[in-house]
Amino acid sequence: MKWRYFKQNLFFVTVRLSAFIIALSIGAFLVYIFMNGIGAVNWDFLTLPPRDSMTKGGIMPAILGTFYLTAGAIIIALPLGVVSAIYLSEYAKQGPVIRLIRIGINCLAGVPSVVFGLFGLGLFVVFLQFGSCILSGALTLGFLILPTIIGASEEALKGVPQTFREASLGLGVSKWQTILRIVLPNALPGILTGSILGIGRAAGETAPIMFTAAAFFTAKLPTSIFDEVMALPYHVYVLATAGTHIEETRPIQYGTILVLVALVSGIDLIAIIMRSYIRKKKRW
Amino acid sequence: MVTLLSDNIIEIKKVNFYYGASKALTDVTMDFKKNKVTALIGPSGCGKSTLLRLLNRMNDLIDGTRVEGEVVFEDRNIYDPDVDPVEIRRRIGMVFQKPNPFPKSIFNNITYGPKLGGVKNRSELEALVEQSLKQASLWNEVKDILNQSAMMLSGGQQQRICIARALAMKPDVLLMDEPTSALDPVSTAKIEELIEELKKKYTIIIVTHNMQQAARISDYTGFFYLGKLIEYNPTEKLFTTPDVKQTEEYITGRFG
Repeated sequence: MKWRYFKQNLFFVTVRLSAFIIALSIGAFLVYIFMNGIGAVNWDFLTLPPRDSMTKGGIMPAILGTFYLTAGAIIIALPLGVVSAIYLSEYAKQGPVIRLIRIGINCLAGVPSVVFGLFGLGLFVVFLQFGSCILSGALTLGFLILPTIIGASEEALKGVPQTFREASLGLGVSKWQTILRIVLPNALPGILTGSILGIGRAAGETAPIMFTAAAFFTAKLPTSIFDEVMALPYHVYVLATAGTHIEETRPIQYGTILVLVALVSGIDLIAIIMRSYIRKKKRW
Repeated sequence: MVTLLSDNIIEIKKVNFYYGASKALTDVTMDFKKNKVTALIGPSGCGKSTLLRLLNRMNDLIDGTRVEGEVVFEDRNIYDPDVDPVEIRRRIGMVFQKPNPFPKSIFNNITYGPKLGGVKNRSELEALVEQSLKQASLWNEVKDILNQSAMMLSGGQQQRICIARALAMKPDVLLMDEPTSALDPVSTAKIEELIEELKKKYTIIIVTHNMQQAARISDYTGFFYLGKLIEYNPTEKLFTTPDVKQTEEYITGRFG
């Protein structure tokens, strides 16, 4: 075999191997979580609050808390992110100011999540006196996922063919109506993709909610957005590090992680189905 | 040169146009006759498309462009600061090079503009759809599939949807930017027949790369070269006994 064919084959094998290794590690990770966690998961686990110093019982308050926090973060970040993206991609004249804003957004994406947690503590919990509650936590998580949503929305808006904008404007339709009726609907699949990534991140983060929303333990379910809640990632953190029965609660920890992964995948799945449904209608 | 007559619908006076620092049109003066087809020809980059897009202010959409001179439509310079370009584009419609229907149903493609323009009545919209599609000689082909996506149609049908969509706004002038360059010969012939029909009601200004097309369908032809209007005459004269040597060289294929 000639040397350059050998080199080519070597390259192909390496590339293929890399892809397989990634798929394999994700698969192994999921199987591991499932095998260890499924034993703890049953109906009571999902519907009852913890008891006996959190060594027994379920995780229902944490599931509910994570759901509220994630939903709140999306409700805050999605409109803000999409509107920012519309400004950046459709209205702003490209120049130094816009470049600065963009650099700012990229920096925001790279800020460690614990910094967001401290920022949320300083601004929402202490300064605005919301206290440690769903609102503070959702706001903090919302800011955390804002760069993801802005980035994805901007890409999605740029992906809408320029010819659609021209067709609409050429009919004597105003720019705002063109964005609302033509650009935004066609960018929706991409925007949803951004939200999916955002949801996954918001649901899984521990550091930002540690100081702003999450309770160590509360059997009481939240009645308003000014209540503290338990949350799945924080619950795992607490059981695994701060409890007095760390080894004893191992199955509960795995079970909680499994529920968290299932919850995030479930939300992702809904968004993916919505996206493919819209795409089918909007193909160009 | 064509002398000024009262049946002009648009008059361009000493227009210069710039993309940033580069000049795309130099001192263009010409007028467009009502209910006639005017063709703009010339080699790539000669400024003919720029001129077309100047007529309904589509060039506004490009950052850093600048216009000098006047474009007079209905006794008003459309570049006056108090003129709303959205209003102008309702009166002067446009059909683009590549068919660009919206990813909506045929019905909604046609009604998109009128609806946003204030027509809400369902039966009025239905009548408008039928009328526009008939004018674009597409009604018989699509009358049973009005709720299907316009993206499912062939390229030639899509382009006629775009024409119908523009007609639904009831414009006075229709600008066409190489409307057949992406189409096969049969579809092209259909569009050309259509243009012949449409000029009874509308003024049509068409940019084309195809000189035979200009000769076939237009009443007047303007030849552009390097951003200048070299010659503007009745089509028959321009293609048989052109006044300018450059025009003759271009139409006989010696350059461009």
